[in-house]
Amino acid sequence: MQTSSAFLQLLVAGISTGSIYALIALGFNVVFKSTGAMNFAQGEWVVMGGMISALLLGTFSSVGVACLLAVLLVAIFGLLSERLVIRPLRHPTALLITLVSIGLSICTRSFVMLTLGKKPVGYPGFSGATTISLGGVTFQAQTLWIVGLTLAFLVIMHFFFERSMLGKALRAAAADREAAAIVGVRVETTILISFGIAAFAGALAGAIITPLTLASYDQGAMFGFKGFSAAMLGGVGSLPGAVVGGLALGLLEAFGSFYISSDFKDAIAFAVLLLILFVRPSGLLGRADVVKV
Amino acid sequence: MLEVNDLSAGYGNTQVLHHVSLHVAPGQSVCLIGANGAGKTTLMRCIAGLLRPSAGRIAISDSDMTAAASARLGFGVALVPEGRRVFAPMSVRENLEMGAFRRLWPRRDRTVAGDMAMVFDLFPRLWERQKQPAGLLSGGEQQMLAIGRALMSRPRLLLLDEPSMGLAPRVVQEIFVTIRRLNAEGMSILLAEQNANMALRSAARGYVLAEGEIVRVAESSVLVSDPSVRAAYLGL
Ligand SMILES: Nc1ncnc2c1ncn2[C@@H]1O[C@H](COP(=O)(O)OP(=O)(O)OP(=O)(O)O)[C@@H](O)[C@H]1O
Ligand SMILES: [Mg+2]
Repeated sequence: MQTSSAFLQLLVAGISTGSIYALIALGFNVVFKSTGAMNFAQGEWVVMGGMISALLLGTFSSVGVACLLAVLLVAIFGLLSERLVIRPLRHPTALLITLVSIGLSICTRSFVMLTLGKKPVGYPGFSGATTISLGGVTFQAQTLWIVGLTLAFLVIMHFFFERSMLGKALRAAAADREAAAIVGVRVETTILISFGIAAFAGALAGAIITPLTLASYDQGAMFGFKGFSAAMLGGVGSLPGAVVGGLALGLLEAFGSFYISSDFKDAIAFAVLLLILFVRPSGLLGRADVVKV
Repeated sequence: MLEVNDLSAGYGNTQVLHHVSLHVAPGQSVCLIGANGAGKTTLMRCIAGLLRPSAGRIAISDSDMTAAASARLGFGVALVPEGRRVFAPMSVRENLEMGAFRRLWPRRDRTVAGDMAMVFDLFPRLWERQKQPAGLLSGGEQQMLAIGRALMSRPRLLLLDEPSMGLAPRVVQEIFVTIRRLNAEGMSILLAEQNANMALRSAARGYVLAEGEIVRVAESSVLVSDPSVRAAYLGL
């Protein structure tokens, strides 16, 4: 009983942080698909999601409304970042965009610190501080919100990319830029949209996790690193890969910190990252592209 | 249909095309022959609006479209690019949909379904493989898909850049039969080819491009029997 409930407790914790990592990894993957670059500003958008939600909660009394607005604002911030920092690049190679994104992340962090302060902020969960007990496991109702909202977002993304013409245009531009331009797709716009989606996903992660962890301006690098590791683990550029990588990393952290040592928690992502780079650089779900000439 | 006047273009500091002029009358099939690196692809990309010329004019259906580069593709002009360039991870059907992108986004044109049926009718093999990723098609099937994709925008001018590249002779025959059929149905065609033999047999007129300059223009029948053309481009 004791061990099985501990097991379930860890499972719940792993899935909930795993969902957060999946959202961040999705942000990495969407931008990677459209530009071939790793966008290291991704983690800052997570922090912004949480901190702006907390700020807006002063104006709007509903946590849900505050979070929704915050996520939308951060998505707009993501769009602006692309427009002001990435678009003007004369020769936007993947390496250059990656380097510029590191600069962008540093600037974003300073911007957040100066405008929103250094103090960690938090707010109650979407269902207040309700806890749920189920089969000997007790967890916060917010955990369910995290898993549910992540799932909903992933389903929406799936339909966006598979069914909508705009989503297909993003995939087409990711597959072959020149060919996309040939059929009349504006490739710069697809890159812009991918930054918007990535910022939205990151901010959503931040807005829903903050009730459990607090948000502070300096967490961006950590979130970014975890999401990056999850993306690498699942397979860079793959939507299902983000989910698998995120959940796998969340579970590994939860169980690893319990059975090995909680001091080891943050090192697990690094260990996983190294292992995957050594053993299977294309990630769990990554595969060589389908190309035949 | 297409009027190119005194066009010059290049990449960075290297000029590739020098004062190129050419025209395609409505419903006409014209070919552009030239050796490796003559500038055929560069010219096609300029006409399609993918590359900005450094000088000269491009008019389509009598209206000057030199400045309106992005308006050309998907509106009357379609390009079947060199090397096919299908969207490898996307399905055959999705590739065709992308060909009609400008007609499906932002507003959905209901007549696209009819054009897709027309393309499947033209290339039954694409119908059979419509759910497969385009990257898994054979080279010939990919070429058919690239042509089908271009047709999905309902072009009046079809630009074909080396459709015979890397294909077996039998498949090349098949592709050219289709090109002739499209032309017979009224489509204006500009065809760039190293395979001068095939090109001259399906086009009414031919331009010879050498080192970025038009060095000859004549009826195909004249070019085919011209000794210098035979020696240089027909390997005879
Ligand atoms: N993207 C590019 N950047 C720089 N130079 C280029 C580029 N593309 C082509 N060139 C140069 O322009 C010249 C003409 O090339 P182009 O591809 O237009 O020739 P082509 O006639 O299509 O040749 P092929 O029959 O081999 O396809 C070549 O010297 C080539 O090296
Ligand atoms: Mg060429």
